Amino acid sequence: MKHEIVEKNVGLLAVLILVVISFGGLAEVVPLFFQKQTTEPVEGLEPLSALELEGRGIYRREGCVGCHSQMVRPFRAETERYGPYSVAGEQVYEHNFLWGSKRTGPDLARVGGRYSDDWHRAHLYNPRDVVPESIMPAYPWLFENTLDGEDTPKKMRALRALGVPYTNEQIENAGREVRGEQEITALIAYLQQLGTVLEGTR
Amino acid sequence: MNYLWGDSLSGFWSAWIIVITLGSIGIAFWLLYANRKTDKTPDAEGNVETTGHAADEIEEYDNPLPRWWLQLYVGTIIFSLGYLLLYPGLGNFAGLLGWSQESQWEEEVARAEERFAPIFAQYQEVPIPELATDGEAMQVAERIYLNNCAICHGSNAKGGYGFPNLTDDAWLYGGAPENIVQTLTNGRNGLMPSWQQLGSENIENVTQHVLSLSGLEHDAERAERGAATFASVCAACHMPDGTGNQALGAPNLTDDAWLYLAPGQSVADSVRQTLRNGRNGHMPAQAAYIGEDKVHLVAAYVYSLRLED
Repeated sequence: MKHEIVEKNVGLLAVLILVVISFGGLAEVVPLFFQKQTTEPVEGLEPLSALELEGRGIYRREGCVGCHSQMVRPFRAETERYGPYSVAGEQVYEHNFLWGSKRTGPDLARVGGRYSDDWHRAHLYNPRDVVPESIMPAYPWLFENTLDGEDTPKKMRALRALGVPYTNEQIENAGREVRGEQEITALIAYLQQLGTVLEGTR
Repeated sequence: MNYLWGDSLSGFWSAWIIVITLGSIGIAFWLLYANRKTDKTPDAEGNVETTGHAADEIEEYDNPLPRWWLQLYVGTIIFSLGYLLLYPGLGNFAGLLGWSQESQWEEEVARAEERFAPIFAQYQEVPIPELATDGEAMQVAERIYLNNCAICHGSNAKGGYGFPNLTDDAWLYGGAPENIVQTLTNGRNGLMPSWQQLGSENIENVTQHVLSLSGLEHDAERAERGAATFASVCAACHMPDGTGNQALGAPNLTDDAWLYLAPGQSVADSVRQTLRNGRNGHMPAQAAYIGEDKVHLVAAYVYSLRLED
């Protein structure tokens, strides 16, 4: 084919560009939609509870993902420090993924259960109180704000539409479960379950 | 179970990937081949016809790709074919090297195990009080401590509000080697219930009594009145003389170690707060994270902290 033909027909050029750039996705992404490893939850995986889900929202709102990844890669240095490497089946109910790509702070994929609730409260109120060397910002407003739970059922319904198996009962009770809770309580509930489904596989 | 790549792809998706991958390479090669020459040959005087584009009197030639660039491109195609032959990439074909993310991790872990396991096994043989005086072992242990424990107990091990100081002689659950190993292995859950129901008058009296136990400034009259309540309510865990019970993790109230003393807070205020709201201490179990060998080593490190003083 003469390149002149392509260069002088913008419509044809656009079509060919689309064809070329779709090849990568077709070969690398599309087959994953049909593979068990990425579509089936690992054994024991449960959707987040209403409180944990609100905590996840706060995690997103405060931009935690900007400094903390949630992805233990299969390297010894990482599994030694953080625990078993992350697998796709743990992330089946995640919309969107919070894998992150920057580690100003440590990875949080398996932080659940590592530290006490009290530690998290002290640390999020002012990280320097427990880790003097820390450069993490403080989040004191999480202790003042409370949840009203109004949007919680809507969020759960949206997630159910995306395939997260919430029951009607869970959705009905969601608002009541979180109403009046401090934001910090929700965030810690979320953090304390991170990565715990594969505990003990090491 | 193989979580990472696991079950192979179905035949259809395997073929799909192979066709697209090799097809792309084939098309790239054809595109290159088709454009290796220009069809505009120089005339008798050596002038080459341009494409006809002109901007600001600059005309565009239709020269073929430079030879060095073309060769680099051919090089990338050869590289990609070699890569797909050696490493997994073409559907279910595992590659001639048999490489996988998992096997790479397993090998890495096995190599480290081979190198470090004998060292840890050797330390495991040494009783903790002796190991605590081994400088080299303590260097190793310090690294493990800093990675796993310092986040709560501090890099100087002096603890903080709600996190015990490991360098003093006050132990909630005992400072003997076996106690420390037990604490590290299984964690601890300390529970001081709230005594709000005693009423503020009684809480104040008990507070004054607790202050008197460690010889701090107190209201003698109230302390006297609080003694009875202390005997009936607190003595069960903290013992009648207030020296605590390490089997329960009930702290000694007669020493000068106060776990929940915030900076600038008076002991009286801290005790009052404890009585009103209760306390809930939690030390997560570490055995699952660092393993038995390292628990032994870290226990020796914690034990060694008091030897240094």
